[in-house]
Amino acid sequence: MSALPSFDEVLASYDPAMGLEVHVELNTNSKMFCGCPTAFGAEPNTQVCPTCLGLPGAMPVVNAKGVEAAIRIGLALNCEIAEWCRFARKNYFYPDMPKNFQTSQYDEPIAFEGYLDVDVDGDTFRVEIERAHMEEDTGKATHVGGATGRIQGADYSLIDYNRAGIPLIEIVTKPILGAGERAPEVAKAYVAALRELIVALGVSDARMDQGSIRADVNLSLAPKAPAGSTAGEVVLGTRSETKNVNSLRSVERAVRYEMQRHASVLDAGGKVLQETRHWHEDTGVTTSGREKSDAEDYRYFPEPDLVPVAPSREWVEELRGTLPELPWVRRARLQAEWGFSDLEMRDTVGAGAFDLVEQTIAEGSAPQAARKWWLTELARRANETGVDVAELGVSPAQVAAVQRLVEGGTINDKLARQVFDGLLAGEGTPEEIVAARGLEIVSDDGALSAAVDKAIAENPDIADKIRDGKVAAAGALIGAVMKEMRGQADAGRVRELVLEKLA
Amino acid sequence: MPETPENAEASAQITRDEVAHLANLARIDLSDAELDHLAPQLSVILDSVRSISAVAGDDVPPTSHPMPLTNVFRDDVAVPGLNAEQALAMAPQSEQQRFMVPRILGDEQ
Repeated sequence: MSALPSFDEVLASYDPAMGLEVHVELNTNSKMFCGCPTAFGAEPNTQVCPTCLGLPGAMPVVNAKGVEAAIRIGLALNCEIAEWCRFARKNYFYPDMPKNFQTSQYDEPIAFEGYLDVDVDGDTFRVEIERAHMEEDTGKATHVGGATGRIQGADYSLIDYNRAGIPLIEIVTKPILGAGERAPEVAKAYVAALRELIVALGVSDARMDQGSIRADVNLSLAPKAPAGSTAGEVVLGTRSETKNVNSLRSVERAVRYEMQRHASVLDAGGKVLQETRHWHEDTGVTTSGREKSDAEDYRYFPEPDLVPVAPSREWVEELRGTLPELPWVRRARLQAEWGFSDLEMRDTVGAGAFDLVEQTIAEGSAPQAARKWWLTELARRANETGVDVAELGVSPAQVAAVQRLVEGGTINDKLARQVFDGLLAGEGTPEEIVAARGLEIVSDDGALSAAVDKAIAENPDIADKIRDGKVAAAGALIGAVMKEMRGQADAGRVRELVLEKLA
Repeated sequence: MPETPENAEASAQITRDEVAHLANLARIDLSDAELDHLAPQLSVILDSVRSISAVAGDDVPPTSHPMPLTNVFRDDVAVPGLNAEQALAMAPQSEQQRFMVPRILGDEQ
């Protein structure tokens, strides 16, 4: 393939349409249709039973917690909850399911017709949700032989069925149109917001790196609508489906790459194949997988071994009552409470310090002080040691204690930095560190007066200026006193003394 | 028996192409002779089943589950299943405590 057109060139000629399918692996104790445990990383084939191995005669029974999680996710996504719905068998031949079918839902999803508002650089973009349905995860295949460890060219494959049957919720968007140049950002922001929502609901570990949230990216391009044209019937181009995109950054990159790839095919007068694509994190490209034609015919039919699910309206309302405050609603509320600007808020969230700041404020710190310490001193130290600020080893309670010492006049901001050094070195509580390191501010007039006299004697020119009424020059003398006293002088009192002596 | 518009056209045939398509989906290798033979046979079976629609009016929804049960759930409690040795004892071949399967020609679903 020739060089891909630039992103700007793509946008000049085409409008992207996206559809995102996100699989969320629930954190239930047991599988969706049997009692097998669900621990991540267990020895192969140690969390299996006749039901999830598809042995003859084994009968599935639905995990109530899985249904509950599905309903709560649906409600959080502003969906309708089905009054009655069934499971269905999705029939296919691939050894990751020993039953030769995956138990899923077909045309009766438990949740449907919702939306999620996502924030893209301060603008709200509404992503409409088509459906959220219940299904089960598949086993894990390792391909042996061949050069790449991939399925092509492998001699044979080895299957671990521990994951087969773990509950999944698949959340499918409606086509996302009109995102234009922001399509990659919108896709990323949507998956990020969805992940945050899942975390707040507490229904999944939500670890993209462990595959507990996996995104499939559907993308197509249509010729750019003429400027000013009204939205008539939307004609979508042929789509590709990029599977298992497993980081937020990859979601953005995969959308961008596929837009460029589609444009390159279309520019050359070619046709985009309707196919599955594989995303390669290392090289940032997708490669061709399975062509979608016949293979799409999964011969779905209602699962005869599971009776329909008919959540009572009472249950649904009870579950609605368990929904947590949505993460972005909580953020907006706290931003108003704290009086943070949008920029301050974005920086706080971006630095991964939002919860830390909140807890520090809850420990009694002033909001701006809490923000200041986490985003300057502590973020810098975290950055230097290459850890997240949350993993630095300083607690919100300790930061609040440091701030109390500053506000009480025991130390100043400069001395506080040494207290943080002490905290990181494990020298005890902030109070103990101040005492042990002798950091307390000196406001005793005797000591201060001597230092001020010394500074005046050593800086006669400045002293003369102040005597002539140039009060602004006092700063230089205060600085000299602070230096003399290793930063531990009470700056306000020093200023008063300087002005008194030179009046 | 009253004739309704549905069962009036109920003798629609399953075509040879449809049988070939289904056989392909089910990974059943059928010869031309078998396809010729099976398509009319399946049509007869479908016709017989379709006679039900003559008695089921619009007020009778398609039934997938004969028992009037809903919401049969179990509590989310993990219980031990089989150990790896028991599970793999049923596999024709195994390696690295995993089920060994022949080279996969298709792609992940």
